[in-house]
Amino acid sequence: MRIALFITCVNDTLFPDTGRAVVRLLERLGHEVVFPEDQTCCGQMHYNTGYRRPATRLAVRFVKTFEGADAVVVPSGSCAAMIRDNYPRLGAGGSRLSRKVAGLAPRVYDLTEFLVDVLGVTDVGAYYPHKVAYHPTCHGLRMLGLGDRPYRLLRAVRGLELVELEGATECCGFGGTFAVKNGDVSSAMGADKARHAVETGAEVLCAVDNSCLMHIGGILSRQRSGMRVAHIAEILASTEKGGSAGPAPDDAPAAKEAVTR
Amino acid sequence: MSATFLGIPPFPEAARAAVDDSRTRHNLRRATHTIRDKRASVVGELNDDWQLLRAEGAAVKEHTLRHLDRYLEQLEESVTRAGGRVHWAADAEEANAIVTRLVKATGETDVVKVKSMATQEIELNNALAEAGITAYETDLAELIVQLGDDLPSHILVPAIHLGRAQIREIFLDQMAEWGTPAPPGLTDDPRALAEAARLHLRERFLRTRTAISGANFAVADSGTLVVLESEGNGRMCLTLPQTLISVVGIEKIVPTWSDLEVFMQLLPRSSTGERMNPYTSTWTGVTPGDGPQEFHLVLLDNGRTDVLADTVGRQALRCIRCSACLNTCPVYERTGGHAYGSVYPGPIGAILTPQLRGMSSAVDEALPYASSLCGACYEVCPVAIDIPEVLVHLREEVSAGRGHLGEKALMAGAEAVFSSSRALGAAQRAAGLGRNLVPGHLPGTAGEWTDTRDVPDVPAESFRSWWNKRGKGQR
Ligand code: SF4
Repeated sequence: MRIALFITCVNDTLFPDTGRAVVRLLERLGHEVVFPEDQTCCGQMHYNTGYRRPATRLAVRFVKTFEGADAVVVPSGSCAAMIRDNYPRLGAGGSRLSRKVAGLAPRVYDLTEFLVDVLGVTDVGAYYPHKVAYHPTCHGLRMLGLGDRPYRLLRAVRGLELVELEGATECCGFGGTFAVKNGDVSSAMGADKARHAVETGAEVLCAVDNSCLMHIGGILSRQRSGMRVAHIAEILASTEKGGSAGPAPDDAPAAKEAVTR
Repeated sequence: MSATFLGIPPFPEAARAAVDDSRTRHNLRRATHTIRDKRASVVGELNDDWQLLRAEGAAVKEHTLRHLDRYLEQLEESVTRAGGRVHWAADAEEANAIVTRLVKATGETDVVKVKSMATQEIELNNALAEAGITAYETDLAELIVQLGDDLPSHILVPAIHLGRAQIREIFLDQMAEWGTPAPPGLTDDPRALAEAARLHLRERFLRTRTAISGANFAVADSGTLVVLESEGNGRMCLTLPQTLISVVGIEKIVPTWSDLEVFMQLLPRSSTGERMNPYTSTWTGVTPGDGPQEFHLVLLDNGRTDVLADTVGRQALRCIRCSACLNTCPVYERTGGHAYGSVYPGPIGAILTPQLRGMSSAVDEALPYASSLCGACYEVCPVAIDIPEVLVHLREEVSAGRGHLGEKALMAGAEAVFSSSRALGAAQRAAGLGRNLVPGHLPGTAGEWTDTRDVPDVPAESFRSWWNKRGKGQR
């Protein structure tokens, strides 16, 4: 299957390891990944902050870039939710945009959905000998309805010990511009999430969204908690031979953490 | 009687103080989690039926709001036919004037009150006080707030921010000022506190001849008013006095008596986490020889017709004030209700207050942002109000206004970067080059991030740059 990757602007700029992991994972499963070069940003930040017109222009751009794709895979629950849940609210009923969105949105998937529902796999052949907790991010949980898919994928990973996170369904407090507009409340929420994460005794906290992880991870790091965050794609891409997070061996130079050799 | 929400700063500032208040944080965490869990268990036992009920509740409310003009006239007719009198109040001032006039006509200077959001909204107690009339709150939590000269911080449990030790102190200090004093050896045992309140109130119920209430529902076809409560104190007020005055928002209508079936299931489970409501009082006009012999219904607009005109925002008027959204909200749990600067706190307050008040102040403009858009409120709302959708909609209204220049510039800058993959690539290369220059503590708004969180390392190379190189290597 030919899969169009929408990397998202945050992953593209700040978390390229996640993108490399998605590519490696999907190719390992025998699929071709393409990266439509015109892609930039889904417009979520603009939309959620109340800037509807720029968000609409970015939606138009997204649709133009991806309309020919059989399937669009997004390693970010909230960006996938932006496209599937919020794009339909952008165009006026019957407009060109709304017609095109109606056609494209059902083919847009969060990575974990795509693996379980479209490719029909839960065991992706990964190896990750670490104790891991999973944080279900709000948009993945409530807008996309990811349900137990991420857990099923993680449980099938060899060597991985999955532990339960208390208060899992509670928001971590990131919320995009909320994190700076209401920094104190955001931090208070994040502090509780980080505390629950540390209390699991896990080494790694994972999620389907790097923006939430950037927030929780930023707190864990500030606390010198000794716990680290990882996008679920990086866990699912790890193999005994290939190492875990980070690029495959042949594209090594940017490797930041080679964790599981 | 001086407590008022006026003067509370905009949400981010009010919240800053609130998150530092360890006592309130502790009380709120306990209370919201208890009621949240209780709700989840009684909603869970209905399985799929819950979603059907929820859809039905939303549909009934939506239909009523669409035809509100018709149902309001029908309600007026039925109430009048049953011996009640209907008054129309365009705003708080008018409503307060009507109620004050009606109370004065009875010759009384004391009234008992059933807990009511509408009368809180119009600050009726303050208006009555100015006219020399004392309103006595009879709901336990509302009584605590009144005795403590405090402000309500929750729709259902106005004193949720207080712990029982604080309540004991308030009772000991203040009850004597208002009537029957607290027993001298009062402990903070919840039963002892409830007993003290019971003794304090009982005497009041027997003496007072005029009562003021709100209503959870007003049935258009029969003219019946409905109040749900848990203590029985409301029923005392609704049955013992001679005169009853009910102040009710125009959105509280349901078309028919049988529509109540849906809400009698939705409301208790969502609000107190009970299968059935303990005290449900209904009355239709006046009944000779039984209950109040004079009944006035004051129908309150106070901004509601303006809300109706907004096709996205008007779903907020479906609200049945169950408070499930407050109890589940992670923001509310950490700030409490006062930070919202209105009698309607939490997620519903964040969408209702600015709409009712017409986005008229910095407090109103900050409210739509008092949410991480996590969607937990929408998930639990028994009438399926898409609160995140309305929050975003109201943010659009704020950002379209004057001001917010810094943010507008930032958003325009971001759009410019995202307007082409070339621009984005260039920005990424610049970020990559400057990656070691990012300080651990950033100035200005960005400092809101770095005050409590480390910033991630900026990678030397973006994904797209890696992809392009890889492509060249492979092909
Ligand atoms: S908005 Fe919904 S959940 Fe919140 S109080 Fe109103 S009815 Fe209840």
